[in-house]
Amino acid sequence: MPDTRLGVRKTYKLFVGGAFPRSESGRSYPVQAADGTLLAYAAQASRKDARDAVKAARSAFAGWSGATAYNRGQVLYRVAEMLEGRAAQFAADVAAAEGLSAAKASAQVAAAIDRWVWYAGWTDKVAQVTGAANPVAGPYFNFSLPEPTGVVAVVAPPGSSLLGLVSVVAPVIATGNTVVVAASSARPLPAVDLAEVLATSDVPGGVVNLLTGDPAELAPVLASHMDVNAIDLTGAGPQEAAEWERLAAGSLKRVLRPAPGGAEEDWAAEPGTRRLTTFLEIKTVWHPAGS
Amino acid sequence: MLFRIARQIAERARELAVLESLDNGKPIRESRDVDVPTASAHFFYHAGWADKLGYAGYGPDPKPLGVAGQVIPWNFPLMMAAWKIAPALACGNTVVLKPAETTPLTALVLAEICQQADLPPGVVNILPGAGDIGAAVVSHPDVNKIAFTGSTAVGKEIQSALAGSGKKLTLELGGKAANIVFEDAPLDQAVEGIVNGIFFNQGHVCCAGSRLLVQESAADEVLDRLRRRLTTLRLGDPLDKNTDIGAINSREQLDKIRELAQAGEDDGAERWSPPCQLPDRGFWFAPTIFTGVSQSHRIAREEIFGPVLSVLTFRTPEEAVAKANNTPYGLSAGVWTDKGSRILWVTQRLRAGVVWANTFNKFDPASPFGGYRESGYGREGGRHGLAAYLDA
Repeated sequence: MPDTRLGVRKTYKLFVGGAFPRSESGRSYPVQAADGTLLAYAAQASRKDARDAVKAARSAFAGWSGATAYNRGQVLYRVAEMLEGRAAQFAADVAAAEGLSAAKASAQVAAAIDRWVWYAGWTDKVAQVTGAANPVAGPYFNFSLPEPTGVVAVVAPPGSSLLGLVSVVAPVIATGNTVVVAASSARPLPAVDLAEVLATSDVPGGVVNLLTGDPAELAPVLASHMDVNAIDLTGAGPQEAAEWERLAAGSLKRVLRPAPGGAEEDWAAEPGTRRLTTFLEIKTVWHPAGS
Repeated sequence: MLFRIARQIAERARELAVLESLDNGKPIRESRDVDVPTASAHFFYHAGWADKLGYAGYGPDPKPLGVAGQVIPWNFPLMMAAWKIAPALACGNTVVLKPAETTPLTALVLAEICQQADLPPGVVNILPGAGDIGAAVVSHPDVNKIAFTGSTAVGKEIQSALAGSGKKLTLELGGKAANIVFEDAPLDQAVEGIVNGIFFNQGHVCCAGSRLLVQESAADEVLDRLRRRLTTLRLGDPLDKNTDIGAINSREQLDKIRELAQAGEDDGAERWSPPCQLPDRGFWFAPTIFTGVSQSHRIAREEIFGPVLSVLTFRTPEEAVAKANNTPYGLSAGVWTDKGSRILWVTQRLRAGVVWANTFNKFDPASPFGGYRESGYGREGGRHGLAAYLDA
């Protein structure tokens, strides 16, 4: 028996429709730690993978948007529970990816867990906060309620590999949307590990679909896809954002623009409701009152 | 200030209604009972918001965006001007509004009303003109927000043109609304709702109920009653208060309606109109029903924006919802049934911004209006409509 055991290394794959496929293209790319050492190879998703992911997200939409808000809250809280149990692993991931000290990486993971809890609590409050009963001048009960927009594409922030990713994905699915997210190209490994958490957290397959690779290759496909209802360009640079917003106009997608100036958002700050409300539609119903 | 404008619109209601019907061709009954009072109500409602914005749910001290560029269509000239200007001013913005090329007159009276209400010069600016003026407003670097109501094709161009500019954009675009009639519906009311849904304002309505989805078991009876009702509609002089259907707004629009109606025949649908004498001069189109329409026909897919109803049938509620949602649009829909639980079940599944249950084409300044999908985004009216004009 050798006295030193060889570690089992992980193959990092995509997360589409609840499964972990390699890229259909067979491509992968090397991922380096902040200090330049090779961490692993990640799957390099193709345009076809992006289209497959949209299809999976569309298939999952009816079930997820039709689930009760209470149920979605339970599922999102479950994600936080699963993440908490693997906090040490994620802290090591984030430390390697972002070049942070162990303490700072742990703080990032803790904040990411807390963010899931925060959005878990939003699922059954957003309708009361954004809905209304409207006093129209006539014998009608008139009310407005928010509904999820549909399939949302997300370009995740390039820097914050876990907290930033959670901060853009959780608000989209909290309200019943399904998502296709292009993870940070340079720091994709925490994202793939998060996908493993999602796969074991009662999140139905297809609700979150995660692609690793080059956003410059994937985002144009998502922005111009006719079955994507909205796009979050948080992770796009100013020029990319303008170009992808132009593509999004082809099907009148709702667009969340990146912060002006190109600087990454402060992910530690309380998020507010903008990321929830951008991907909601307000439906108003007129119901006559009569005896 | 906005209260004053609301009051003055009401005071000059008769003049505005006549002018609207002269300019647009819509029946005076509609401009008198809908367009003008709704415009006045819109200013009155938003006037009350102006000093209460901190309570609207957009933070304690929400700020205006700046200059709002607004481009509106010809189908409800004064009402659309009110829907655009009132919330913009209530939120503290200034306005550059371009009315439609063919219908600028009531907007110019509204400008005079703003003047007489002592609105400071420059707060409201009205620029009649064609598409080139609209494009200049949209692309002007010193405009902070664009609000557009019009066609989906132009809406896409505007979104594309504004990409990367950082300007806030709201769009209220086309529609192909389903009006769903179940066999247990109160049929007399449903027939009135179908007529109002598609023949109101000659069908020049983005939220018109242009696809009638009727349950197969009730189809014959509904269509019999509908045909009987259509023979009583009066088409003609818009200034006659007994007129139900006025003139088509322009030759261009009439050509488009004719082309799509011809496509309906070519696709194999059966065309029917009541006996109807069209006036010799002007642009007119008789109320028209197409039966035997399938989902692939152009008249079931494209917005006609005229008095043309496409009739399709369904058997189950699931099929009705699937057919209703089978469109890139999502502005409005109607549901007719006596069963309350079915109303809720169907409305929850319809992908549309406004759903009318056992009624149709109702509007109110307190009621948010706007679409899903390719019918645009943003809402007009109600607390929700303020978001379009606040930096929130």
